[in-house]
Amino acid sequence: MPEPNIFVNNPLVKNTEQAGLTREQDLIARVQRGQKELFYELVQPYERRVYAAALAILRNESDAEDVAQEAMLKAFANMRQFRAEARFSTWLIQITVNEALMRRRRGRTVVMEAIDDRRGEESDYAPRDFADWREIPSEALERKEVRQKLAEALATLDRKYREVFVLRDMEQLNIQETAEALGISVASVKTRLLRARLMLRDLLAAGWEQGWFSRLPFEKGNKPW
Amino acid sequence: MVNCEQVWHDISNYIDGEVDAGLRSAMDEHFRTCPRCSSVLAGMRNVIGLYGDERMIEVPAGYGRRLERRLAQNARPASDQWSTWTAWLVPVAALLVFAGGLRVANSMTTEPALKSEHAQTGQGIPPDMLVVVSADARIFHVPGCDFIHNKDRERTLTAKEAMQQGYVPCLRCLRQYMQTASAGHVTLESEADVDQDTDFEETQRRGK
Ligand SMILES: [Zn+2]
Ligand SMILES: [Zn+2]
Repeated sequence: MPEPNIFVNNPLVKNTEQAGLTREQDLIARVQRGQKELFYELVQPYERRVYAAALAILRNESDAEDVAQEAMLKAFANMRQFRAEARFSTWLIQITVNEALMRRRRGRTVVMEAIDDRRGEESDYAPRDFADWREIPSEALERKEVRQKLAEALATLDRKYREVFVLRDMEQLNIQETAEALGISVASVKTRLLRARLMLRDLLAAGWEQGWFSRLPFEKGNKPW
Repeated sequence: MVNCEQVWHDISNYIDGEVDAGLRSAMDEHFRTCPRCSSVLAGMRNVIGLYGDERMIEVPAGYGRRLERRLAQNARPASDQWSTWTAWLVPVAALLVFAGGLRVANSMTTEPALKSEHAQTGQGIPPDMLVVVSADARIFHVPGCDFIHNKDRERTLTAKEAMQQGYVPCLRCLRQYMQTASAGHVTLESEADVDQDTDFEETQRRGK
């Protein structure tokens, strides 16, 4: 008997978030029952996030792409193990992080980074006081130079701050999931996340002063909040 | 009341809803009167909003296409996916016997009936399944199992890797795989008296 296929060609159903979840659940069930060819459709919405998670840890584009592919294959091989209570995207990201960490451990940088990880995590950080700071509206992300500046700011963060920030705020894992993915405590995640967010806030605010965003069209007449 | 330093210390938790009601209202009050802290709060929210935007993720040209191709190659009908599994069942059983929790009822030398419909719907521990081990125990678990000892020092690996490194399956979270996979070959003595976890993890708990 053919599988019921009510969601595939129904744009109305596809448009609600509720139905989006149902479509994903439907795909998961089919792949678990052996429809391997649907796997890419299932993971495609997350392929960019998977790559970004790998890149955050490996900092090398070709390694990140390779690990992203390996992670997807691993997810595929483990599909029967996926349980509906979990978020599929989170499960994928966790597999990716695990794969990326294993790859990095095989690399040469281990000793250096282990030392790096022990310094200064608990010390307090006072955010700078800026006289003139304006919110960067999300439309600004349409501009490549803005995305570039944000990416550069993120890249200046120490690894331990950057990884937690990327998983929590870019990959949207929750604090517990971030802790599990990186193998660190919840308390560490919170401390590092605070530091990462404060530093990025300072870097972006300083960017205003340095004119990073000065040519943006929204500057004039924009609400100083 | 809280001062600026205290606000900075908890401002990230405040955004994540990780502060208790008392601290939250004290911080709310502080933000109303302190321009510096409310600037930090707005700036931090701005950071989270911007970086959380999908547009911040840049992937190399052709990435999606290459991924799709790799997955398509992988999805080609592989006839002998289950043969690795078959080869793997023997060492599983051997380890379980070693752990002292199981009795081998039938001879393991006969070919296990893995081609049955039942087996193919996903019973048995797949070698590639991700499992976790913790620092001081010789057991591997399904992630999230309540019986993982020392959760802070977990490590994730595949079931196959865990086996190769000498770990044995947790009979609580992996019981379903053990029973069904080995139907007719390995029999659990009883629900109550064979938890080999006890030998390892309970002892450690008592030793504390
Ligand atoms: Zn203040
Ligand atoms: Zn367990």
